[in-house]
Amino acid sequence: MDLIGATAAWLSDPAHWQGANGIPSRLFEHVALSGGSLALATLVALPLGLWIGHTGRISWLVVTSANAWRALPSFAVIGLLVPFTTVLDANLGFTLYPTLVAMVVLAGPPILVNAYQGVADVDTDLVEAARAMGMKERQILLGVEMPIALPVLATGIRSAAVQVIATATLGSAFGFGGLGRFIVLGDANKDNGELFGGVVLVAALALTTLGLFLLLERRLVSAGLARRTAG
Amino acid sequence: MSGEPLIRWDWLFAHLGPIAERVGQHLYLAAIAVSVGFAISFALAALSIRRRKLYPFVTVLATAAYTIPSFAMFAALVAITGLSVFTAEIPLVLYTIVLFVPNIVAGFDSVPWDVLDAADGMGYTPGQRWWRVELPLAVPLVVAGLRLASVSTIGLVTVSAILGDSFGGLGYYILDGYKRHFTTEILVGGLLSIGLAVIADLGFVLLQRLLTPWAARRTVGG
Repeated sequence: MDLIGATAAWLSDPAHWQGANGIPSRLFEHVALSGGSLALATLVALPLGLWIGHTGRISWLVVTSANAWRALPSFAVIGLLVPFTTVLDANLGFTLYPTLVAMVVLAGPPILVNAYQGVADVDTDLVEAARAMGMKERQILLGVEMPIALPVLATGIRSAAVQVIATATLGSAFGFGGLGRFIVLGDANKDNGELFGGVVLVAALALTTLGLFLLLERRLVSAGLARRTAG
Repeated sequence: MSGEPLIRWDWLFAHLGPIAERVGQHLYLAAIAVSVGFAISFALAALSIRRRKLYPFVTVLATAAYTIPSFAMFAALVAITGLSVFTAEIPLVLYTIVLFVPNIVAGFDSVPWDVLDAADGMGYTPGQRWWRVELPLAVPLVVAGLRLASVSTIGLVTVSAILGDSFGGLGYYILDGYKRHFTTEILVGGLLSIGLAVIADLGFVLLQRLLTPWAARRTVGG
């Protein structure tokens, strides 16, 4: 159990908790990149998914291409982006942009598909009733369909968030910092304490994210809906 | 990386042999993971179907395994198993299980009760009923699991490149091209690995057509 001891020693060493290469700053990099890419992906995918779900337009495209998007391996996507992002910026294009864009590509599909599915699955009777009551299409989407679809929407964003947190680790093989950096360095220097310390930190961050999203969902979902799912 | 063509065809043609070897390694690593993972998952799924209380445990464990990044798992295993084929295969197999088990369980759950009753009424033994009724009807969802698992595994094999030059399949070219600032290598590795995933996916769609000819007929007949 030398491994556990080495990991605990590495994690509890105060020297690893300060400076630009310390755990707090790597954690910040990891969270900032994940949060940024998740926000970008949500900004594009959520309105698009809601609109497709509401109008039913190009829904065939979503259904058929969702799997294809998920087939894109992030490792290859990050690598493939490098030649193009380095044209934009020789420095950041080599370290930050490939991982950032690849994480947007990773997070988009689950958010889009769930937004589409959640809205498309809303009982048509309810939508017809809302329309008969004189609600405008916009009001129907935002006031009726979206609250009902919220649990499904939230599941999409949650699974995207956990996937991005876990996968952003890959960026460290391509010049990005983040918590994966400890894994890369630990592997290169044969320092198991650092390597497993990195693994523990990433897994803890992913599980914390999962927990926070579950808590948030419980607060956001309307009481009536929650009761229905619970019952 | 500027001042150079996107693809240096002369490099590509000079390296057709090694590229083919990497494709072979890629398929070899993926095929082992998918077949071993499928066998383990089938056993786990069969157990979960019979003992329903086990299923939540299986899914929670599987979800927890999925939050550990492939990158971390590969690197962490080096410390435990050294650099062997197991170092690459253990994470790959674990990730296929996460995708397989829910699909296989859902596949067998999707068989309607009245169909099973009818089979019993016609005098099928439990073994015959499983082989001739349950399994064929579960095929679409089982194949859906195979598609997911093979596509995701082919993608994850690239990550094993971080273990060293003797791993990674086409991922080797992605990482090596990045380190050497050589675009051609990145494009060869990245595009071919995506191509392999697409081919595997289409292959399983075709397999499903062959295994369940009635499904296609029903769709055509409307």
